[in-house]
Amino acid sequence: MNAVVTGVLLGGFYAAVALGLSITFGQLDIVNIAHPTFVIFGSYVAYIVNENFGLDPVLAGIAFAPVFFLLGMALYRVYYVSFERTGQESLSGLTFFFGLMFIIEVFLILFYGVDYRLVSAPYIGKTWHLGFIDFPLRMTVPFVVAIVMTGGVFLYLSKTYMGRAIQAVSQDRLALQLMGADPIKVKQIALGIAIATAAVAGALLIIIQPVEPSVGRLYIGRVFAIVVLGGMGSIGGTLVAALMIGVIESFIATFYGPSWAPAVGYGILLITLAIRPQGIFGRA
Amino acid sequence: MPLLEVRDLTKSFGGFVALNGIELHLDPGERLGLIGPNGSGKTTLINCISGALFNDKGTVVFEGRDITKLPAYKRARLGIARSFQIPRPFKSMTVLENLCIPLEYAAWKRVDHRRIDDEAMEILDLIGLSDKAQDNSSALTQIELRKLDLARALAAKPALLVSDEAMAGLSGTEVDEILDILMMLNGRGLAVIMIEHIMRAVVRFSERIIVLDAGKKIAEGVPDDVMRDPKVERAYLGE
Amino acid sequence: MAAILIAGFLFTQGADNEFYFFASYVVLQGLVMAVAWNILGGFAGYVNFGSAGFFGAGVYTSIVLNKAFALPLPLLIVASGCVCGLLGLATGVLTLRLKGIYFAIATLAIAIMLETVASNWEYVGGAAGTFVLQPTEFFVFDSYIELLFMVMLSLSILAMIVARYLSSSKIGHGLSAIRDDELAAECMGVPTLRLKLVSAVTMGALMGMAGAPYPFFVTFIDPISAFSLLIAVNAIAMPMIGGTAAWYGPVIGALLLGLVQEISTVTISSELNLLIVGVMLVGFITLAPQGIVGLARKLWLKKRSP
Repeated sequence: MNAVVTGVLLGGFYAAVALGLSITFGQLDIVNIAHPTFVIFGSYVAYIVNENFGLDPVLAGIAFAPVFFLLGMALYRVYYVSFERTGQESLSGLTFFFGLMFIIEVFLILFYGVDYRLVSAPYIGKTWHLGFIDFPLRMTVPFVVAIVMTGGVFLYLSKTYMGRAIQAVSQDRLALQLMGADPIKVKQIALGIAIATAAVAGALLIIIQPVEPSVGRLYIGRVFAIVVLGGMGSIGGTLVAALMIGVIESFIATFYGPSWAPAVGYGILLITLAIRPQGIFGRA
Repeated sequence: MPLLEVRDLTKSFGGFVALNGIELHLDPGERLGLIGPNGSGKTTLINCISGALFNDKGTVVFEGRDITKLPAYKRARLGIARSFQIPRPFKSMTVLENLCIPLEYAAWKRVDHRRIDDEAMEILDLIGLSDKAQDNSSALTQIELRKLDLARALAAKPALLVSDEAMAGLSGTEVDEILDILMMLNGRGLAVIMIEHIMRAVVRFSERIIVLDAGKKIAEGVPDDVMRDPKVERAYLGE
Repeated sequence: MAAILIAGFLFTQGADNEFYFFASYVVLQGLVMAVAWNILGGFAGYVNFGSAGFFGAGVYTSIVLNKAFALPLPLLIVASGCVCGLLGLATGVLTLRLKGIYFAIATLAIAIMLETVASNWEYVGGAAGTFVLQPTEFFVFDSYIELLFMVMLSLSILAMIVARYLSSSKIGHGLSAIRDDELAAECMGVPTLRLKLVSAVTMGALMGMAGAPYPFFVTFIDPISAFSLLIAVNAIAMPMIGGTAAWYGPVIGALLLGLVQEISTVTISSELNLLIVGVMLVGFITLAPQGIVGLARKLWLKKRSP
């Protein structure tokens, strides 16, 4: 039973990590394979702030979200100028993000080495007991924050003008231009939001587990599995898929050992791609 | 024996029925026009015939052989070639190299392997692109790209050529140029299915016209009859 | 090609400093990986992020067969080639029907899954790794490293011959058509899936063969070093920097990047070396997507038309 609870809590957190990719891959068709590495970057930022200023990691993540937002906007600019304009998206764009992922990871290794880092906060180490179910706070707090953030993004995308523009930009550029919105600006904001979520997700990650630079790569499979399984462009789908994967991973870890957990995400990804590439909620 | 027979062809995309029980036949060397308002299913029908899409129900029979389940490349080898609504040249290759692909693949059994380059040049001469042979295909003008698409389809040495709106967006004289090319190709024995919106071209070119509307065939016959059919007028202009 | 082989052989007889052979082995290994990667990546346009997976599979096939049957190196290489060729086939069959993006992610997935399997497999030492003994016989060479160097040189030449043949043959034309416009290629009679699978198998086999001698080169293998990210990044960076359009692009990229890396590892540090590779990759992709070959062609065309 505890495995299920852990899985759900973990799954909620995974949704936060996958959220940014759901936007970039789902709405913008940009395959940012470096997204998990940005999350790790966020983790380190939270770590630095927590170490040096004692600030709660969640607050640190939220505080730095605007910085990451600007980073995402700048990133889109570079991507657009170098790749989208010349129509080279598929091969070169993909490799661009792969290279970026590598650079960020190496950068972190250079400055912080390969030791695991963790943060300290008053709720880490405590557990809520509800009947016979345990809710370790170090996972519950991130879960709550993750759900709030996911909900927030979902509402933003469906209710606000800019949010709907983001949803539209992948489907109908012309209509968007006729509406008076500049597709480039819209995409910039979208990628900005996506990377901003990475800042918060990173902070959440380092609350849940110790982090070192190569952890990002383990998350690539999970995150892509979630986005693909949930269906491209569906935030709700992302959440459901994230919960599913969280629970499955939890079960595998409990009954087969934790070293197999990373393989779950990738395995599910491969299976989904083989049988139903559009995911549960996606359009074909 | 008819060259192409399409029987009860149905194709849906999710809940949307794009083609509903289409019946079509084509004799060798015949010129068939395929018209209909936007969204009526013309390109979907062509995709199902060439193999870019697979139909849900019905059969496609080519030269007496059921090709319904064959992938596109095998149909190309059997002798079905097409041009595209928006030209799709192989951008990294020269004009000549673009033609070598269908010659080496689709037409492999119908071509002398040692003469591939010569064959390609002959086709370019025929179409009127021989002076562009060594140019990169991405550097061509709109009408040259259309001609390249047709030349490439011809290089597959087909028995059936489908021309998908080859004249869209061209000027009056350019339309006549393409029309002349298609007539000339037909003169060499090629059956041609022409999808087009430019009515004067379709009427001049076709021996027979089929009209589609909302996935169904609503009229078929010689151009004069079809053009005067009130159902056809309604389909285009609305009630 | 034969000339290169003979030159290499004379080199082993003449030179004394073992370091050159160590360094050259690494550079040549990178070359084989780069050329192999380009067969699917440059020719057909399908990016493989999981080159380390194929390499690592070759490494571990070699370890397992050596441990179980003590096979000689040439057989190990052939066996690794077969295993990894099959791996390429399996990956391809699962994912090459979809868009290139999914293939790329799938290759990464397979690499990490293989690494996980290797980490949990006690027979090959699990996560802690295993030691491999270098054989004591080195035939006409002065040391085992020189033998390995010649082996890798031969593999490089094999890879280059295969790549050259593929690029200029009918298959190569078909692959270029697939890369330019897969749908149009299919309608022009190109059996796209079949050709993509052929490329995937060739790439996998070559990468596996590159991995087979590795255990003997380093004598200690653990999953992290066998499936190292650096190998995967180099396999992409070298062709992209050198130029993916021609079969010799990866060769240029491999020699250049390999040399830079060897020099920087010795003079600066190995971590900074990684950073250099990453920066060079991103830099070239953004500024010179056609690689060095592309730049050279542009300059040449400029010279011709004043």
